[in-house]
Amino acid sequence: MMTLEPLKLEIEANVPGCRLEIIPNPSSSAQHSMLIDAEHAVAVATFLRGAPHHRFDYCSNVTGIDWPAPSKAKETGDALEEDVESAEAAATGYLEVVYHLYSMELKHGPVILRMRTQDRATRVHLPSLISIWRSVDFQEREVFDLFGVIFDGHPDLRRLLMWDEFTDFPMRRDYVEPDDYEYEPTAHDKVLLKTMQHQGGTA
Amino acid sequence: MSAIAEFPSAAHLTPSSDGDSQLLEVSMGPQHPSTHGVFRMDVVLDGETVVKLKPIFGYLHRNHEKIAEDETYLGSMPYTDRLDYFCSLTNNWAYALAVETLAGVQVPERAQYLRVITAELTRLQNHASLIGFLMQDMGASGTPLMYAFREREKILDLFEALTGARMMCNYMRFGGCRVDLPAGWLEQAKQVVAAFPRFLDQYESLLAGNEILMARTQGVGVLSRELAINAGITGPVLRACGVNYDLRKVDKYGIYDRFNFRIPLGDHGDVYDRYMIRVLEMRESIKILEQAMRDLPEGPITDPKTKVRNFRPKPGEAYGRIEAPKGELGFYLISDGTPNPYRYRVRPPSLINLTVLEDMCLGRNIADVVIILGSIDIVMGEVDR
Amino acid sequence: MDEALKHELGRQGVIATSMQELYNWGRRSSLWPLNFGLACCAIEMIATTMARYDLARFGAEVFRPSPRQADLMIVAGTITKKMAPQIVRLYNQMPEPKYVISMGACAISGGPFKQGYNVLKGIDRYIPVDIYIPGCPPRPEALLEGFIELQKKIDGQQLTGDNRPRHLNAAEPSEFPIPQFGEHDLKPSKNPDVWHPPLVNISLADNDDSGTA
Repeated sequence: MMTLEPLKLEIEANVPGCRLEIIPNPSSSAQHSMLIDAEHAVAVATFLRGAPHHRFDYCSNVTGIDWPAPSKAKETGDALEEDVESAEAAATGYLEVVYHLYSMELKHGPVILRMRTQDRATRVHLPSLISIWRSVDFQEREVFDLFGVIFDGHPDLRRLLMWDEFTDFPMRRDYVEPDDYEYEPTAHDKVLLKTMQHQGGTA
Repeated sequence: MSAIAEFPSAAHLTPSSDGDSQLLEVSMGPQHPSTHGVFRMDVVLDGETVVKLKPIFGYLHRNHEKIAEDETYLGSMPYTDRLDYFCSLTNNWAYALAVETLAGVQVPERAQYLRVITAELTRLQNHASLIGFLMQDMGASGTPLMYAFREREKILDLFEALTGARMMCNYMRFGGCRVDLPAGWLEQAKQVVAAFPRFLDQYESLLAGNEILMARTQGVGVLSRELAINAGITGPVLRACGVNYDLRKVDKYGIYDRFNFRIPLGDHGDVYDRYMIRVLEMRESIKILEQAMRDLPEGPITDPKTKVRNFRPKPGEAYGRIEAPKGELGFYLISDGTPNPYRYRVRPPSLINLTVLEDMCLGRNIADVVIILGSIDIVMGEVDR
Repeated sequence: MDEALKHELGRQGVIATSMQELYNWGRRSSLWPLNFGLACCAIEMIATTMARYDLARFGAEVFRPSPRQADLMIVAGTITKKMAPQIVRLYNQMPEPKYVISMGACAISGGPFKQGYNVLKGIDRYIPVDIYIPGCPPRPEALLEGFIELQKKIDGQQLTGDNRPRHLNAAEPSEFPIPQFGEHDLKPSKNPDVWHPPLVNISLADNDDSGTA
């Protein structure tokens, strides 16, 4: 894992005006990442793919992440029941998309790029990197489907996994799933809890 | 025909000579005998020629990633079995590797060997079954698949003796493996591995030079090297295009740098090369297995310092990837210090390898689509998750 | 007919039977399953048809890709909400008499994926099921066992009277409404004519806290 500081300087020299920020990763993996701004994302990606000593020709993985503002940390254990008001939460917080880049030619990597939307409600546009790497095609569609990030420039941005009539974004943390827990023959306590709530009881 | 105007991508094809052909839109799947599960394609045909092909996913989207956010780290391990349900052991390994990268867990020597042995056995049975299914798609109904499954059952017996389950092995743990080898297992495994080349020879003598096989596969579904890299294709499909990229050599995860084996590479990137790559990979896997079973050391199989209960990695993130039989299987985990991962993402090789399905199928016959799809080797549990 | 007499006649080379026995024997001995797999269980279903377990011994080796030619649907795998309408449609397209085996935990109740937002919690919410085979996935032996149970069930059917099977009763439906894709869920989320959830009293009172009971 290379340190990102020289790469950051190099990108800043080659893509004028771009704003980069190194996001440190305190865990043992030490896979640090680089936050790039949406306006220059395509230019940065083009540079990373084209520069002869980088040649990040392979975008392996595209991940969507939902960061609603209040619940970003401090919750422990099973206390993940979403008590966040969706309207309020949508205005704050942000959605994040993470790209893992490798080089097949030079066999190094990963360089991790992140992009953030401005909020979670309407300003959820990010540029699509499909013109640089075809491999993001289905993965960006999946992020659109499950998180609601709109990728500008994607030629075929439809829902990938859910049906077209579906209106929710189920991988968001404040998604409320349909209540169809009438009867569940299971020993799973969380499911039993949902069943009790369905039948009008409380835990 | 007004219908043609709706599909501008058909422009590069020569129109039919009689000029009155009609485009026909066919929905293949999700219930179709040769789409390998609940995969669906919307295919637009001009006569028998494919003009447009759009895959439609989600018929097996069972919310693995969402459920994992609600589970403990260890609680997701059985779910990984059900991603690519042919290869539960490699799925386990990829997930264990990601968590070990995240939490900085060391894996003892013996466990590393056990992982290699089980993963390569998985690769053997996956490739054998895939070739059987490919022949089935080609119209060799029944027999090749039966031969393949006969061999698969022998390996499944080994898995069952070791882990208790035929398919859903749930074997790896963070920092090691769940159980040690039962008595006599290694001898039985050595016998199975020693007998496997004979099966390959027999299978190859039946198939490799078969005229029908060659006519149906050579030059079909050609994928260029540049497109394969750009579209993120991995695994045997990539190496059939001649790109030397195998994570066992590139990342040297686990202890793969200790074994002497080669990476078979194709030249043409067609269905035949993909078939041959898998046959050759099985032979290399046998070499790895022989070395691993010869060198298997004694010792502990789990890292005693790793907590089983209340396992909470420090906040941070990690991406771990291995060379699964179908390609690069990666897990991307974000920890916020709680017992559950904040975000849990699977990088599914099957899904991403399907990116180029349309490119490979355009201009081919509808019958070729089935073979091209079969040669990519998808499993819907992993495509849709 | 007296069983002893029938047995005796059989030993003499005379076969005596009844219309009902003959009819049921014919149906149970040549069940044609729909060639249709959903997920992991489908691989075990394929393994069951292969040489080692050999479903053909029980007269069910003819897997038909078309529902029009099949009379047994083995629902093998997780049913997602996106797939459920297709399954009901396939079931409707099968001719009577038709049977359904719900193979595996997912097809019974959603199984390990029950908490998924896109997972249907059991195919019996939309179509009637004859045999449930638990397991994740059930071993091939379990599928054989379930299959034999289905044969026993067919063998015991009365052709006349109130308990006669559905296909001999014109008042019973053979097709069921296909659910529609809604904005949040399938509409309807269950078919109340088919599915009657058992009334159970769920209590977590004995558990000290969730997950570690």
